[in-house]
Amino acid sequence: MGGFGRFLVKRSINMVIVLFATLVLTISLLGPTMDKILVDAIKFYVVEEINQKELQFQNLDERQTYINERVELQITTLGLDEPWYTPKRFTNTVLKVMVLDLGNSNYLTSDTGSPNVRDIILEKLPKTVLLFTTSTIITTIIGLYLGAFVANRAGSLWDRLNSAFAVFSGSFPIWWVGMLMIFAFAFTYAIFPSHSTPQTAPSDPSYVFDLLYHMSLPLITMVLVSFGSWAFMVRYFVVGILSEDYIFAKRAIGIPEKKILYSHALRNAAPPIVTIIALSLAASFGGAITVEAVFDWPGMGRLYYDAIGFLDIPIIIGLTYVSTLIFIVTVFVTDIAYAYFDPRVKVT
Amino acid sequence: MTVSAPHNVLSRHEIIREFSRSKSGLVGVAILLALIGVTIYSAVAIPLESFRQWNSPDFWIDLPRAAAPSWVNIGFGPKIPEHTVLYMKDATITSFEEGPLRAVIHSYNVNFNYDFYPSDFMFLYSARYGNTQPVLQVDIIRPDGKEFLIYFASLPSSQEKVNEFSARVFSTDRSIVENLREKESVFSYDQDPSRPQVMIFSDAQESKVLKGKYVIRMTFYLFDPQDSVQNSGIRLGGKVYGLAGTDELRRDLAVGILWGAPTALFIGFTVAIAAVLIGLIYGVFAGYKGKRTDEGLMRVSDVFYSLPALPILIILSVTVGRSIFLITGFLVIFGWVGMAKVSRSLALQLKNMQYVEAAKLMGQSDTNIIFKHIIPQLLPLTFASIAIAVPGAILGEAALSFLGLGDPSIPTWGQILHDANSAGAAARGLWWWIVPPGMMIAITGLAFALIGNALDSILNPRLKKI
Repeated sequence: MGGFGRFLVKRSINMVIVLFATLVLTISLLGPTMDKILVDAIKFYVVEEINQKELQFQNLDERQTYINERVELQITTLGLDEPWYTPKRFTNTVLKVMVLDLGNSNYLTSDTGSPNVRDIILEKLPKTVLLFTTSTIITTIIGLYLGAFVANRAGSLWDRLNSAFAVFSGSFPIWWVGMLMIFAFAFTYAIFPSHSTPQTAPSDPSYVFDLLYHMSLPLITMVLVSFGSWAFMVRYFVVGILSEDYIFAKRAIGIPEKKILYSHALRNAAPPIVTIIALSLAASFGGAITVEAVFDWPGMGRLYYDAIGFLDIPIIIGLTYVSTLIFIVTVFVTDIAYAYFDPRVKVT
Repeated sequence: MTVSAPHNVLSRHEIIREFSRSKSGLVGVAILLALIGVTIYSAVAIPLESFRQWNSPDFWIDLPRAAAPSWVNIGFGPKIPEHTVLYMKDATITSFEEGPLRAVIHSYNVNFNYDFYPSDFMFLYSARYGNTQPVLQVDIIRPDGKEFLIYFASLPSSQEKVNEFSARVFSTDRSIVENLREKESVFSYDQDPSRPQVMIFSDAQESKVLKGKYVIRMTFYLFDPQDSVQNSGIRLGGKVYGLAGTDELRRDLAVGILWGAPTALFIGFTVAIAAVLIGLIYGVFAGYKGKRTDEGLMRVSDVFYSLPALPILIILSVTVGRSIFLITGFLVIFGWVGMAKVSRSLALQLKNMQYVEAAKLMGQSDTNIIFKHIIPQLLPLTFASIAIAVPGAILGEAALSFLGLGDPSIPTWGQILHDANSAGAAARGLWWWIVPPGMMIAITGLAFALIGNALDSILNPRLKKI
């Protein structure tokens, strides 16, 4: 296990480096904007405070001096007098985010009213996971069976239809198909709601059903756009395996064709397919932004879209970090599982 | 999708011969040629001005709001009036003189064969004159021979010696309504002069549209030899317009969709070529050098592989800038990793080939070996990779534009869809605003995917049917 242990350590170090690099990149890009927004907010609150207390000043100059003093004081207390790139503040921000201490948002709050970025993200995360996992599972099942089906009939009309559909649906922007689906099935034929945010309160017992009903249109769209390429990919692996000698041997013994296809061939094609499933699921957050924006699905992608609109920097940093984290951990786990279960993978 | 390793090296002629046998590849090439044709057409036929003025509402003022494409009239259903805009160049111009008086007549012929009334109409004119004000008279000669004088007024007086005056007269103008009151007796039923667009285009006997050829005659009476008519025009408001209709801001969608083609091709090609070449050189260098260099370079590419592309693209366009060139650059940053991984693994195989070893023994430099002996072997793969990388780049830019973060000064397909989505085009049934731009994105992506897949299956015969 020495080799495997070294592999583990190497991969873990790699993972931390990638996370750190993402964070440094994100914070360096957003740092200047972040400071400007914070200082503006302080100024706003100081003026607001003066107006509320109805303080009297002899002239405008005196009022301005008072405001400046208060703003300076707050800036020093918050440590904003140093720019964001000083080692102290930079390491501080990076370390805080790395341990998921994401601070408070500037504008957006969670449904319960909490401004804590971690609370907001934890509230949205399950919804993105629900939608994308469900769609990936359905797509995978359809893809596996359809892929195996056409692989067995390579070169037939079904096979060619499937390949054509795969290439065709793969070039469609999913958010555009979403717009068409909303146009067709929410307005022309009012079957599904046009906005996917449920109207009932989360505490209501019927909330679950409402959520599932609102989920159906984005779900159908995602499955429709992606199952073709899935089937095409499964076909590619299964066709390769079906030409192996041991499959011919099984045929020669007289094992039923169906059993060979769905049990032997699919099982042997499974490792690469499982890897791709895991990676595509982990990477789906990127696509989640456009899909959730089109369907108004209350998940992380929608939150990211809103945060960009409001320039809510803490949320943007938090979401970017969390999505990178999810992706990297998934890659890590799949790599290890793959290396552990498939000895052919070179452990280097 | 990445391209896997070639199993055997094919010559250029073999690849071209194989490619010309691949139906899907030829379809891809045909679509690509059509898109290039569209690009050339839009560069030649559409005035560059309409492209630059895409986001200025004044430029599109004469077009209808949210009008369907005019080809919806093809078929047997009722015909919806087409939006018609005619300028001086479309008019028949005659003039006659009577002593000091000179009359310049601009007459416009309009074939009105639709089943609905126009939604409104408008005249525009522009004249240059001195102290004596010209008079403008507008008559409409209907297909049934009846002549309606609808407008007779002098142009505003000028203070200066020479004055150019331009104005628009809308169908809601009070004097048009007043003039039409005298024509109520023409109709055998009640007509409402406050809706001139209905009254003028109505049958005299029953309440329906009078179809046929209308002549709209704008007569300018000029009293000074120095005076002249600079321009004139008429606009008949309709519900359908042009090849692709118009959007909420009256923009001609055909212009946006046609101009989208060069932009998409530019982004697709630039990003794909730059990213694939960077990935190729990076990967080959890492693979050839091996050891520590390889290890270090691969760690760097792992970082890029794990970065969430769209979120970081969004951050970049918000903080750094969103010009088309910047966006192209950002897309390259995320595009090269796949190619780097593939070309590294191939370089690992190639560097142990005898001819590479021989070149090394002969004392050739590393750069020389990489560029002269290894990279040429990978050129077919490079072309396939470029073709396969193009749709990703186009989709990436479209997604950014769709989120409202694209270059605001250029019409792109993603941006048209962004505008459609924020104007609620789906809810309002404005399908012509949603379907064509997305179709163009899909077709462009499809062309490159077909070419790329065809090349790929030539290089990897295993992909083909057994």
